[in-house]
Amino acid sequence: MRHLLSTAELAYDDALRILDTAEEMAAVTSREVKKLPTLRGRTVVNLFYEDSTRTRVSFEAAAKRLSADVVNFSAKGSSVSKGESLKDTVQTLDAMGADAIVIRHSAAGSAAQLAASDWSEAAVVNAGDGTHEHPTQALLDALTLRRDWAAAHGQDSPRGTDLAGMKVLIVGDILHSRVARSNLWLLRTLGAEVHFAAPATLLPQGVEQWPATGHYSLDDALAAAPDAVMLLRVQAERMGGAFFPTAAEYTRRWGLTDERLSVVEKLTLGETGKPAVILHPGPMNRGVEISAAAADSPQTRITEQVANGVAVRMAVLHLLLSQSHQEESHS
Amino acid sequence: MTTSYLITGAKPYGEPAQDLLIRDGVIADIGQNLQADDAEVIDGTGLIALPGMVDLHTHLREPGREDAETVETGSRAAAKGGFTAVHAMANSSPVADTAGVVEQVYRLGVEAGWTEVYPVGAVTRGLAGESLAELGAMAESAAAVRMFSDDGHCVTNAQLMRRALEYVKTIDGFIAQHAQDTDLTAWGTDNAAQMNEGSVSATLGLPGWPSVAEEAIIARDVLLADYVGAKLHICHVSTAGSVEILRWAKARGIQVTAEVTPHHLMLTDELVATYNPVYKVNPPLRTEADTQALREALAEGTIDVIGTDHAPHPEQAKECEWAQAAMGMTGLETALNAVQHAMVETGLINWRRFAEITSTRPAEIYGHQHQGQEIAAGQSANIILIDPAASKTITPEQHASKGRNSPFRGIELPGEVRYTFLAGQPVLAQAELTQPVTERTGA
Repeated sequence: MRHLLSTAELAYDDALRILDTAEEMAAVTSREVKKLPTLRGRTVVNLFYEDSTRTRVSFEAAAKRLSADVVNFSAKGSSVSKGESLKDTVQTLDAMGADAIVIRHSAAGSAAQLAASDWSEAAVVNAGDGTHEHPTQALLDALTLRRDWAAAHGQDSPRGTDLAGMKVLIVGDILHSRVARSNLWLLRTLGAEVHFAAPATLLPQGVEQWPATGHYSLDDALAAAPDAVMLLRVQAERMGGAFFPTAAEYTRRWGLTDERLSVVEKLTLGETGKPAVILHPGPMNRGVEISAAAADSPQTRITEQVANGVAVRMAVLHLLLSQSHQEESHS
Repeated sequence: MTTSYLITGAKPYGEPAQDLLIRDGVIADIGQNLQADDAEVIDGTGLIALPGMVDLHTHLREPGREDAETVETGSRAAAKGGFTAVHAMANSSPVADTAGVVEQVYRLGVEAGWTEVYPVGAVTRGLAGESLAELGAMAESAAAVRMFSDDGHCVTNAQLMRRALEYVKTIDGFIAQHAQDTDLTAWGTDNAAQMNEGSVSATLGLPGWPSVAEEAIIARDVLLADYVGAKLHICHVSTAGSVEILRWAKARGIQVTAEVTPHHLMLTDELVATYNPVYKVNPPLRTEADTQALREALAEGTIDVIGTDHAPHPEQAKECEWAQAAMGMTGLETALNAVQHAMVETGLINWRRFAEITSTRPAEIYGHQHQGQEIAAGQSANIILIDPAASKTITPEQHASKGRNSPFRGIELPGEVRYTFLAGQPVLAQAELTQPVTERTGA
C-alpha cells in the first residue's frame, strides 16, 4: 500500500492490517505518554483546500503522536487564493521534503490525480475529495463497529476479525456524501450488509447497481433490523427546497426522532441481545437528522468515533511511511 | 510549379484501382493506364482515394485564444487529418456574432491556405442566449455564413430557438444546436455536471450530466423544426435515447440532420475513473450501450455525419483538478483512425459509406458545391489518399494542432492520411505538410 485514496480499492488484508494496527495505536493513546518514535524526522503535510478543523486536528494529532513533523497548509490565505495550481503547490511541498501529503479538497479525484502524477514522491492520504470518498472516516467507523460487534460475540479482542453478518443502515444524503461511499465499499469488503434510507432525490442515479439495499422509508429500513444506524449530516445548502421541501419534513420522514429512537433501543447486535449502535460522522444538526435524546443515548458511539479517528490515522500514516522507509533501505 | 499530378493505382472508395489525373484544380481524368508527360507521378498502390473530409464542427480558437490554437495551426491539423474544409465554431473571443469577426476568421483561413475555413456564426449575441445575432449580416458578408450555432452553449429559450429557426429560413441557412438542458445539468452553478450520470458517476462522486438533458432538447427542437419548417442540425449526439428521437423525426420527414464525434463512437465514461481531465468533454463520454447505438445509427443513416468537435486546450487547462479542467478533446488528426477503427474495421460500414459520413453529407448539409463531390472526371480535386493498412500509436506531440489533449494518446489505431489535395494541390504529401495554397480566392 503506497497511498490511501479510496476504500473501493482497499483490499481486505490491507483493511484488516489498518484496523489491527489502529487497535495497537489506540492502546498507545490510552497510556500516560501518548507518543511513539516511529516517524521521527519525517514530515507530514496537511494540505487542506477545504475548511475542516476536526479532520485536520485529528490527522495532526495522529502524526505528532508518531513523532512526525507536521506542516499545515491551508488554502485560505495562501498562494492558492492567488490562483496557484495544485501542481505548483504540491511541487513546492515536495521540494520542502514532504514524506506524506494528507489532502482535503472540494474536487472529487484530486487525491487520485496527485498520486498518479509525477509532482511528488510523497505518500498520499485522501482526507476527503469532493463527494467521492473519505476513507479514514470509513476506517474509523469500521474500527468502532468492529469493537462492539466482536465484544457482543464474545471475542476477547477485535483483532483479526471482520464485520461478517453485520447489517449497517446509512441514513440521509447519500448523493453528496463521501462518507457514505467510503463506508459502502469498506463495509462490503469486511463482510457487512449495507442499507440506505433516503429520499430518492438524495440517492444517486445508478445506486441500484451498488451492492446495497435502498429504502425510501426510514421506518421500513428500521423494520429490517439493522445492527447499526449511521446518520449523515444534512448540509445547510440542501435544505433550500431543491432536494426536499423543508428541514421539518426531512426530520419527520428521515430523522432519528425520539419515536424512532424507541425503535432503535429494541434493536440488537445480531442475536446477541447487546444493543445496536448509533453512529454520526459529526458535526451533528441536533433536532434535524438526530434528536438530542438520540445523540446522547448510551447506544451512540460518537465520541468513540472521534477517538478512533486518531488511532486509525496513526495506523495509516505508520503503515504508509514506515513501509516505504523499509523499501527504501532495502533498495 | 507542377500543377498536374498523376496518381496511379489508387482505389477510389476502396473499389478497383484506377489512375487519377489532377490538373488545374480538378480531376481531369480517371481510368486505367492514364498517361500525362507533364504530370508528377504519385504511386497510389495500396492507397484508397476518398473525397476530402469536411468537418462541420471545429474549434480554431482564433480570435482570442491563440495560445490554444490559431487558424493557421488548426488548418495545418486539418490538412494532416485529411480535411479539405472545416467549419470554425463561433465561441471565439470576441464571439463570431458579427460580419466583422466571421470575415476575419474567413480571411485568416484563406491566408493560411491549408484547408478551407468556413466560420460558423453565433445564433445569439455573445452566445448569451438572449437575443438574435446579426444572422443576415453574417450571411451576406464575404464569409457567406450558412451555419449558425451557439455551440458550447445550448439555445435554451424555446421562443428564441423558434425565432432563430424561422429567421434562417429567410437566408437559406440552418441552426446547429448544442443540445443540453441547462437546468438539468446545473449549468453555471458550483454543482455543474461533470460527467455522464450513471453508475460510474455515482461511484466517483462527480455531478452527473443526465442523458435526458440532451434528449429533452432534441425532442423539443425537432418538434420546433417541424412546426416552422426549418432546417436543424444536432451537434455531437451522444446518447442512445437521442438516436431514438432522431429516428422518429426522420421517419416523420422533419428536416433534421445529426453528427457524432469520433470519441463518442469509441470511448466510455469508465475512463473518467482515472480522473484524468483529458477525458473531460461536453457532452460527456457515455456508456458502452450508447457507443453501440451511435455506431449503428451512423451506419444506417439516422446520424448523418462525423463532426470532430476538435477542441484544443493549453496544458494548464487540463493539468488540474477535474472540476476545474476545461472540456474538450482534439480530433482533427485522429478522426480517420478512430472512425476506421470503430466503423470500418468492425464491418459496420465500407469506404463508400465512410466518404458519405465524412465528406458528401456534411458538404450537402452546408451546401458546398465543390466539396464532397464524387471522385469523377470534372469534379473539384479536393481529395485524399489514405493507407488503410497503416497503423500507429497516437502521439499528440507529433500533431500539428497546438492542443495535446487527445484522448487517444498511447492507443494504437489503424489508418494514415498520406495525401491531402486541396483544390488540386497536395498540401500533404507522404504524410508530411508541404506548402499551403495561398492563391485561393475562396468558394
